[in-house]
Amino acid sequence: MKPAAFDYLRPASVAEALAALARGGEDARVVAGGQSLMPMLNMRLVQPRLLVDLSRLEELRRLDSRDGWLEVGAAVTQSELMARSTLAEEVPLLAAALPWVGHFQTRNRGTVCGSVAHADPSAEIPLCLVALRGQVLLRSARARRAVPAESFFLGPLTTVKAADEIIEAVRFPLRGSGTGYAFREVAMRHGDFAITACAAVADAHVLRLAVGGVADRPTARDWPFLFGAAMDEALNAFAWDLGGDDDQHATAAYRRTLVRGVGRAVIEEALSCR
Amino acid sequence: MPIMNADTRHPVTITLNGRSRTGHAHPRMLLSDFLRHELGAHGTRVGCEHGVCGACTVRIDGVAQRTCLTLAVQADGRRVDTVEGLAPEGRMTALQEAFRRHHALQCGFCTAGILMSLSDYLERVPRPTEGELRDMLSGHLCRCTGYAGIVRAVMDVTGASTEVADV
Ligand code: FES
Ligand code: FES
Repeated sequence: MKPAAFDYLRPASVAEALAALARGGEDARVVAGGQSLMPMLNMRLVQPRLLVDLSRLEELRRLDSRDGWLEVGAAVTQSELMARSTLAEEVPLLAAALPWVGHFQTRNRGTVCGSVAHADPSAEIPLCLVALRGQVLLRSARARRAVPAESFFLGPLTTVKAADEIIEAVRFPLRGSGTGYAFREVAMRHGDFAITACAAVADAHVLRLAVGGVADRPTARDWPFLFGAAMDEALNAFAWDLGGDDDQHATAAYRRTLVRGVGRAVIEEALSCR
Repeated sequence: MPIMNADTRHPVTITLNGRSRTGHAHPRMLLSDFLRHELGAHGTRVGCEHGVCGACTVRIDGVAQRTCLTLAVQADGRRVDTVEGLAPEGRMTALQEAFRRHHALQCGFCTAGILMSLSDYLERVPRPTEGELRDMLSGHLCRCTGYAGIVRAVMDVTGASTEVADV
């Protein structure tokens, strides 16, 4: 349960980090809070040659709202974001979901961008990013690019991020007027991985439901307004289309039940708090 | 800063419970092992070594976090507070006294980590509800007490009432 050997770099600037990643190729890994990567290193599921530590880079500590987005830099921890006093007005869905992310002790070190980079299919922050149509800001020594959340995640622990890129920041759209948001999840114990997590966004025209823990990545679907049996049918079709599997925590059938039940509950909650 | 080579032990200096201490670590060395094996500070326990049990929790720059998910080289230059620093004059803190009164520990393996979490948490949330406290404790595994005594001890110190009956 000790990591295999690696070289370690604490770069003085983002540019230095990117240059090291460009040289290191597939054998280099980025660490910030390490709450996902360190367990994988300890269990030797990953064995990089070089670890590049972003956690002390002031340039990556940006946390501010501008141009309709809340932008969260790569070194900002989940606790720091949770402690932002204006978060519930700015991005209410995140404010509702963050207490479900791991535990007090892991949020104190785990970063928002790190959770997105790790891309666990049941993780709450990637789910919120997809539900809200956020963006992932990637940067390498070659270029910068902004990727919409829905095309960022490819599958379990797999994203479009190249080995020489870092997530410089993620962006969440600020609350829209007349829009309601709701988040709920079901897990074995508080702080465990979600068996199913649901996030709903409802405005005057569209209902949007995003589901984590069922498909191989957080997945969203939009509907025009639905009521009664039509909503049941839509949720049932979505639950089947997500194609969850049986695993040691729950059966696929139970996950479908959760999508139908918890999905309906978050949609109704989002509608009622518009 | 130059790349630290995997095969070399690098000097790491931390302020451990108020005193500057230096040891040496390969980049892969966990902070938990650095504290225990390099600096001889055995108060911090190691349980699962992959971030699940919370036994290894200390405060780094005041913030409670897991040392088995932190590299020693990452702590270089930081302030690290461990259970040994809670009672510097050999007198237990009010919380430690309450742990004893309420049988909040049996084997004690989880206790150091829980006390370090609480010392950070109660500064931020001085009077948690029982529900909030149990949420925070979900980051720690205690296989002996069933948590009831731990909850009672904290509620006693914060002056809040608790639903958990005394046994
Ligand atoms: S030893 Fe660190 S969390 Fe278990
Ligand atoms: S007192 Fe034994 S594990 Fe908590």
